Amino acid sequence: MADQLAIGSRRGLKPALPLLLPAYLWLTVAIFLPLSAMVFFSFMTDLPLAGKDWAFTLGNYAAFFSQGLYATLMLASLRLGLEVTLWCIVIGYPAAYVLAKVLKGRSREAIFLLVILPFWSNGLVRIFSWAMVLREGGILDTALNAVLPFKINIDLMYSYPAVIIGLVHSYVPYMVLTCYLTLQAIDDSLIEAGRSLGASRRQVLWRVIIPLSMPGLIAGAALIFVPVVGSFMEPRILGGRTGTFYGTVIEDQFVAVFNWPLGAALSFILLAVVLIILALAAPVLRRAG
Amino acid sequence: MATTRILEWLGRFYIVLLLGFLYLPIIIMAAMSFNASPFYQLPFEWTTDWYASLWQNDQLIAATWNSIEIAVITTIISTVLGAMASLALYRYEFRGKKVLQALLFPPIAIPWLITGTAMLIFFFGIGIGRGLVAILLGHVALALPYVIVVVSARLQTFAPELEEAARSLGANQWQVTMRITLPWIMPGVIAGGLFAFAVSFDQFVVSYFLSTPGQTTLPVEIYAAIRKGFTPEINAVSTIIIVVSMALMLLTARFFKFGGEK
Repeated sequence: MADQLAIGSRRGLKPALPLLLPAYLWLTVAIFLPLSAMVFFSFMTDLPLAGKDWAFTLGNYAAFFSQGLYATLMLASLRLGLEVTLWCIVIGYPAAYVLAKVLKGRSREAIFLLVILPFWSNGLVRIFSWAMVLREGGILDTALNAVLPFKINIDLMYSYPAVIIGLVHSYVPYMVLTCYLTLQAIDDSLIEAGRSLGASRRQVLWRVIIPLSMPGLIAGAALIFVPVVGSFMEPRILGGRTGTFYGTVIEDQFVAVFNWPLGAALSFILLAVVLIILALAAPVLRRAG
Repeated sequence: MATTRILEWLGRFYIVLLLGFLYLPIIIMAAMSFNASPFYQLPFEWTTDWYASLWQNDQLIAATWNSIEIAVITTIISTVLGAMASLALYRYEFRGKKVLQALLFPPIAIPWLITGTAMLIFFFGIGIGRGLVAILLGHVALALPYVIVVVSARLQTFAPELEEAARSLGANQWQVTMRITLPWIMPGVIAGGLFAFAVSFDQFVVSYFLSTPGQTTLPVEIYAAIRKGFTPEINAVSTIIIVVSMALMLLTARFFKFGGEK
């Protein structure tokens, strides 16, 4: 008992181990070993199952670099990630500002919850709901034709803009959340001081508010950019034939073409890209977190 | 300041627009699930037929039960294991603690496409294969980091002196944990559990790669149905899902709030 009476945190890994082991073993079996297996697997010619012949190869990676298709799709996915992130900033940042600095008290709490709520509901279902809005003869189409004097056909379904709209809808609450947290922390007196010293609204925005809320912007951007680059369900549902991206090609390797080693290599290349992006954002995220 | 007031009203108006953008598609989807036309034709004609026909769809019902079962088991396992790990990370100082904490982020930050395909490869390689067991293994791993982060946040508000006091009064480690620490962190544990349920119940990507035709979850089944073509039945089941998951998150928000205030 005596050693347990020591004040403050107790030292040593031994007493902590029984508590930690189950959780971390589970993470190891279901996350870390699979990720390692994927790397291993990406250097193989075929599945080492059912007596099939296999050998080590660099061919799967060579395929990425020699066939322009994969690199092109990676660029397309990176571009998609960039565009969605920019739209999320343009749409989400002003909303975060209004929430943090204009609304007060209960209405702020309620609206904040309303903005965040969809983010925690089923993403697949929300993407599907856009199909109702965007398709020809859908709600947008019908509503516009009821208002406008001339006949137009809005058929955004199965197009690049449809994918963008769906993804922005999915991820904009993230940007509002991270920007709100940093904007709320900015002392109002800093803004007032800037104003009373003769700075215009625009100058205060660019010189005070945006620099101080930069961690939130970068955190939000990283948290949106990464999953969007790896998205496949959204382009499939809203993009149709135009919705071929890097993520959909990986999906194909696993569920349609059954070239798992190539799929593993493509996944690992994506993982490398994602890790580089997270590493670049990490210092800022740590300060913000 | 007249300009300030105008700008503030513009800001409020903008928020209303954003909420419209966020909720209109969902509302339209829900409305269409009560529309009689199977091709989403207007004018609107009220019906609950699509909900009635959901009950006839054995495949969807089986998948729904799978989803609920997996979410419940995931919640139980990840909450217990997660709370234990959070306690250890809170109570003890040891080398490599920072590493263990950092290891919680890859499962959250790495796109599910990568995690899911990696799990598929590994589970296939070691003989677990695809199916409900594989899905459960994956879901618990995805939920664990969320539980640990949420419970740890709650533990930050706990005063270690309480544990010391109980111990000096003769309580053993088990009694201290069950009577002092656990009741205090309960709001965090409940919030973590609700998070875990939501992570599992809404999970599509990882389940998608780990499911087989007979052993699948509701989102995977919906995805397959969407790719076959849109039907009001999908709207109906989607509407039910979105109502359930939003209600769950409102509940979580309540508990998490209580966690922060007390």
